[in-house]
Amino acid sequence: MMSNLTGAERTSAMTITGFGALIGLIMAAVGHGDPMGVHGWIVLAFCGVLFFVVGNSLYDPQPTEDRAASYYDDPTKVGIILTLIWAVVGMAMGVWVASQLAWPDLRFDAAWSSFGRLRPVHTSGVIFGFGGNALIATSFHIMQRTCRARMPDQISPWFVLLGFNLFCIVAASGYLMGVTQSKEYAEPEWYADIWLVVVWVVYFVLYIRTLARRNEPHIYVANWYYLSFILVMAMLHIVNNLAVPASFTGAKSYSAFSGVQDAMTQWWYGHNAVAFFLTTGFLGMLYYFLPKRAERPIYSYRLSILSFWGIVFFYIWVGSHHLHYTALPHWVQTLGMTFSVMLLIPSWASAGNALMTLNGAWGKVRDDATLRFMMVAAVFYGLTTFEGSFLAIRPVNGLSHYTDWTIGHVHAGAMGWVALISFGAIYSVVPLLWKRETMYSWKAVEWHFWLALAGTVVYVFAMWNSGIIQGLMWRTYNETGTLRYSFVDSLVAMHPYYIARAFGGLLFLIGACIALWNVVMTIRHVPGRVPERDYPTSSEAMEPAVPAAE
Amino acid sequence: MLKTILKPFAKLFEFQARTHYRVERHSMALTFGIIIAAAIGGFVEIAPLFTIDETVETDPDMRVYTPLEQAGRDIYIREGCYACHSQMIRTLRDEVERYGPYSLAVESKYDHPMLWGSKRTGPDLARLGDKYSDDWQVRHMVNPRDLVPQSVMPQYAFLLERELKTSDLSDRLGALRAVGVPYTDDMIANAANDAAGQAMPDSERSDGVWERYGDATAVRFFDGRPDRVTEMDAMVAYLQILGKLTDLPAKIQPAAEE
Repeated sequence: MMSNLTGAERTSAMTITGFGALIGLIMAAVGHGDPMGVHGWIVLAFCGVLFFVVGNSLYDPQPTEDRAASYYDDPTKVGIILTLIWAVVGMAMGVWVASQLAWPDLRFDAAWSSFGRLRPVHTSGVIFGFGGNALIATSFHIMQRTCRARMPDQISPWFVLLGFNLFCIVAASGYLMGVTQSKEYAEPEWYADIWLVVVWVVYFVLYIRTLARRNEPHIYVANWYYLSFILVMAMLHIVNNLAVPASFTGAKSYSAFSGVQDAMTQWWYGHNAVAFFLTTGFLGMLYYFLPKRAERPIYSYRLSILSFWGIVFFYIWVGSHHLHYTALPHWVQTLGMTFSVMLLIPSWASAGNALMTLNGAWGKVRDDATLRFMMVAAVFYGLTTFEGSFLAIRPVNGLSHYTDWTIGHVHAGAMGWVALISFGAIYSVVPLLWKRETMYSWKAVEWHFWLALAGTVVYVFAMWNSGIIQGLMWRTYNETGTLRYSFVDSLVAMHPYYIARAFGGLLFLIGACIALWNVVMTIRHVPGRVPERDYPTSSEAMEPAVPAAE
Repeated sequence: MLKTILKPFAKLFEFQARTHYRVERHSMALTFGIIIAAAIGGFVEIAPLFTIDETVETDPDMRVYTPLEQAGRDIYIREGCYACHSQMIRTLRDEVERYGPYSLAVESKYDHPMLWGSKRTGPDLARLGDKYSDDWQVRHMVNPRDLVPQSVMPQYAFLLERELKTSDLSDRLGALRAVGVPYTDDMIANAANDAAGQAMPDSERSDGVWERYGDATAVRFFDGRPDRVTEMDAMVAYLQILGKLTDLPAKIQPAAEE
């Protein structure tokens, strides 16, 4: 990997990592006795290791090849491996916390091992570690191919990828120490948030610079979606995380917003993290890999446009549907509900577009588990967005909110849509990136597919059942007009479902482990094959682009 | 019929598609388009909440958290209790009957951030204050299954052993003032003292607590141990004030008659 960096790039990499190590040292010094100090040591170790890795090869021979003649895939490769590692870590954590609810004694007598501290490690590990790395890695791959241009430089992709992973490590280790600002999906504290803004700005600049170098007059659909993911996440992240630190030597900070305003801001962020992190980014993935794998053009360009602007415009309104029947003013709740229902149209436009693209390629769906991952992901996307609009309706939400129904809903999205499309993308991109003939074991891909599907179905059905039962028990009355069940009664009724959920999660985790193993074996043991035409071409020189149906 | 209804929409979409066809050739046009489209909804829904008077009721009697209670709240957040317990009683009949008067916006006015939650693995805590004794709360933390055999709550016995760190409480109250909680200079300067005083009723430090936070402030050995101020003291002090910062909800919604 280092051999692809020029001397100047190695020097700037050393400067950046050295600077990072210095910041880590300062944090460790001033944050003495506070979790921030521990984070300082983590930053120091992370940057220090990179510093020595780069420094070690500083005087190695320089690369000689003509860079414009190929794509830069080293960060993508590392990103794919990191994606799978985070998948295993995050999902294992999920199985653990799910088991803790079924068997509460399943913990050590340590502070860090309680449900409250491990739960965000699972959510952040899966959403940001697994999902975020998958998005960054595939976006590097896709933007180069669809622009027919190499990335403008070789340092910023590394900065984005490794900087983002540093953020994930700081976040996850922080939760174990009790560092959290308690905002869902935005738990990390102020210094991690500031760091993420830096990484994100570099990501945006890198994306725009690559687009500026493109050899295509038009920007491909997938890039619209990735661009909206980068831009709107920045907007959401900055506003939601506005906070005043208690001191610059400690981790604790207080949100700039309070009470009802904070709740609205948090759900404006929370629901749109779902929209712009877990939806538009992965739709970008879908819009590139599904047609490519099916060897069919996208069914409808017009539907893509409708879906894109519909999602970007509607989604931002809907966060308030999480706050039905609360102290939030009624008009905001109603607006959120209205837009949530309307959101079904652009969502289904994309789901339909994906499934219609497969028309004429159903034979491939039957034979190719990779394509099947993407097909099922599109189906789950359609199902989940339907359920989402339904759950936003006031009385339904009154029943589902605060119960496991919501947990089931987000996991149908996370497992069925986000994870399956990511696995599909990984299986299509791995042989191409490492220039291998094929995946090491197609049987293993097949196994992974069925384990993942079975795991998702078991999980989601268990949570639907437990959520609806719980919600109904809470509001059941005796003939005398008093509440029929105590809270503990409803809790006891959940026990079998909690066991089923842990089992479903375990199946899903096994699938992810198989994926990691399969990818590693592919890299190590499958004979190589140079793919036809996987390099930048120029439209002005009348060189043909790589067709969607390669 | 359907065609007539859809016609204006089709025209609008035709216009949008043609505009988009031009926009997707310019990355900066696409960038600004996305930012504008995504900013409108948030602006319409969030901005008015800060200006419209009805968003948060006025209540002159609403009191702030004492340093000990705020420290307890910070521990509550640190341990992730919000993941299983909400603090928002909704305007639904069964919730009001189970937990008490529904929550008002004013009650979380000084909550940075709010802890309304999104999942109830355990019951709602918005009206927990004074519902159980301090001793019940402590034993429930030490081992929840001693009191509720079916509970799946983790045990937090270590809170009883950990001494409460009070040295940074002034900083914390200062930061809270910066975001709008009306702490006085006096309160900020004496934060560490007041925290200790509230959990040590015998010391003269307690007088300052009453002086600054009112006579109704609970001053006692929350964890049942007179020798030192632990994290359990702070946690129980916080749990016992939940729903007690103002009596406005009880005033405007008299308890349901059977």
